Amino acid sequence: MSVATERRRSAPGAVMACLVFAVLVAVFAGLTAGAYPLSLQSYGRALEALVSGETELTSDERVLLLVRGPRVLAGLLVGAALAAAGVVYQGLFRNPLVSPDVLGVSAGAGLGAVVAIFLSLPLAMIQLFAFAGGIATVAVVTFIAAAVQGRDPTLVLVLAGVVVGALAGAVISLLKVLADPYDQLPAITFWLLGSLASVRAGDLAATLLPVLLGLLPLVLLRWRIDILSLGDEEARALGLEAGRLRIIVIAAATLVTAGVVAIAGVIGWIGLVIPHMARMLVGPSFERLLPAAMLLGAAYLVVVDTLARTLSAIEIPLGILTAVLGAPFFLWLLWRGRHGWS
Amino acid sequence: MAPGALAARDVIDSAGRSVRLPDRVTRVFAAGGPAAIVVYVLRPDALIGWPRAMRAEERPYVLESARNLPEVGMLTGRGGSANIEVVLRTKPDLIVDFGSVRPTFVSLAEAVQEHTGIAYVLVDGRFDATPTALRTLGDMLGASERGETLARYTEALFARVDQAVASVAESDRPRVYLARGPDGLETGLKGSINTEIIERAGGRNVADAEGQRRGIARVSPEQILVWNPDVIVTWDRRFHELVRSGRDPIWQGVEAVRRGRIHLAPTAPFGWIDRPPSVNRLMGLAWLAGLFLGERFAFDIEVATREFYRLFYQVELSEGALATLIAWADGKPPALRQ
Repeated sequence: MSVATERRRSAPGAVMACLVFAVLVAVFAGLTAGAYPLSLQSYGRALEALVSGETELTSDERVLLLVRGPRVLAGLLVGAALAAAGVVYQGLFRNPLVSPDVLGVSAGAGLGAVVAIFLSLPLAMIQLFAFAGGIATVAVVTFIAAAVQGRDPTLVLVLAGVVVGALAGAVISLLKVLADPYDQLPAITFWLLGSLASVRAGDLAATLLPVLLGLLPLVLLRWRIDILSLGDEEARALGLEAGRLRIIVIAAATLVTAGVVAIAGVIGWIGLVIPHMARMLVGPSFERLLPAAMLLGAAYLVVVDTLARTLSAIEIPLGILTAVLGAPFFLWLLWRGRHGWS
Repeated sequence: MAPGALAARDVIDSAGRSVRLPDRVTRVFAAGGPAAIVVYVLRPDALIGWPRAMRAEERPYVLESARNLPEVGMLTGRGGSANIEVVLRTKPDLIVDFGSVRPTFVSLAEAVQEHTGIAYVLVDGRFDATPTALRTLGDMLGASERGETLARYTEALFARVDQAVASVAESDRPRVYLARGPDGLETGLKGSINTEIIERAGGRNVADAEGQRRGIARVSPEQILVWNPDVIVTWDRRFHELVRSGRDPIWQGVEAVRRGRIHLAPTAPFGWIDRPPSVNRLMGLAWLAGLFLGERFAFDIEVATREFYRLFYQVELSEGALATLIAWADGKPPALRQ
């Protein structure tokens, strides 16, 4: 055991406290930065209005309570959810290159949204189609994997995910070709790059249910997931029914991912990079890794989204920013790869 | 001289390329949406197909012969999808592109012309250059007279709008936001081909990135509250419905919405303000000038619509068809269908 690991184990509480602090700083930055200038007093008044349930809002209060507030909350939720799903999938597949999209949930959600945009459906239906598309794709993937017996089940799952995801990607491309280039195509392109711009309080409330419903079993089963990441043989030796647990965990992580992709579009890299960062901070034990990754993911996405909406009057799509920031980090991770992956 | 009959000759297109035209132009392949429209208004009989097949709600607004033309895809622009074999199979005498004459499009034209042996002309599609484009292309297509008529109409309209705009101080002109996409957060930046009509009609585009870039961008809802436009223009029925329903708190806080100044542009057979950016925008120019300048610009929507559709699309609008358009421009569009 290296000295670094020793140190990590000795002070998990301090690391967690730092992460909570990071989230608070990110929220503070997210609430204070923005295109709309807000006075210090408006924060107090907005808080009062929120507590008293006031419905007649001033412009300042509107910005805080209806635009910026929900957006920061959405950043927290989406970041935490994607990071959690990433941790779960990387553990489950014992593969550091795995992200929440591995079973095709993003491709499926993307396809759902693109179909809805192609059919000129309203915003709420685009979100619903995205959610349904993500769930349906993973369902198809797991069904295929279950039908293919007698091989390494995780390998079959990943392969099925890659294939079905690629198919969904092909259909997306087909619809892009068929879409009205002056009308639907920009909407499709922007959606596939991810954004929190159109998230409102109502969307947040609607997506909270599937995300919490998915996070709950992950939190409750966290020590068992640790065992699962040792591999099927070991899990069985420890008296764990790996197959069923895997299905539950996949379903939960899918629910979480599809829930956030539905409101935020496709945002890559968070679910890939954040788990690695968290592992560097608290080590590989899932019990600590899950909350650490969720905190880190939440803070990270709030910061990235704040940058996206303040760097210029034009919003930079989140998928672009997360890739630009995530790719160099991942390269650095590769470079210092001597510490190993798990 | 019969339409299309010309002596074989060399012409210089808007990109400065010398192109040998065939002696008779009877079949024209339009390289994209804007080209299809300008070819249709000049020589409807010569248009081989539409980049995308006409939808049911669009068909009544073009000549019967053009309603069911096949879908041939597009050679240039976003979503380019036509393949060279399709072009060859349709046996055009001439390929026309209308829009940008930047080097990308020039080299594409050269490549296609070389591969197919079919003459390919590029016509500058900037809004300002519309009269020139109508004359140039009219000549190339053997429809000089029609090109001249449409160009004169355009010049007269431009002059009337410019005069009205000049009579209003810059600071009194409305600050306009063009809302695109289902959530209205896509927009065209000032100077982009998608919004040049707003400036021309006397509006001030709030989405001004100070010349950094042009084109379509996504903006944050907060930015919209900062801009707080006086007028919102859109052709997206979903967005229009979203705002009218009052479900989206952002838009309820915007001056334009509070004053009921959100305007929905009809899109049949083509968009009035964009979609695609071609001569169809001339209809939108008069409409927007009427909206932006009020009494300074005399505009009777029924008369103007009837005249424009008669002159450009060569259709005599029935009472029902006209009423549909007027209601649409008044924010009551036909139900959205595919």
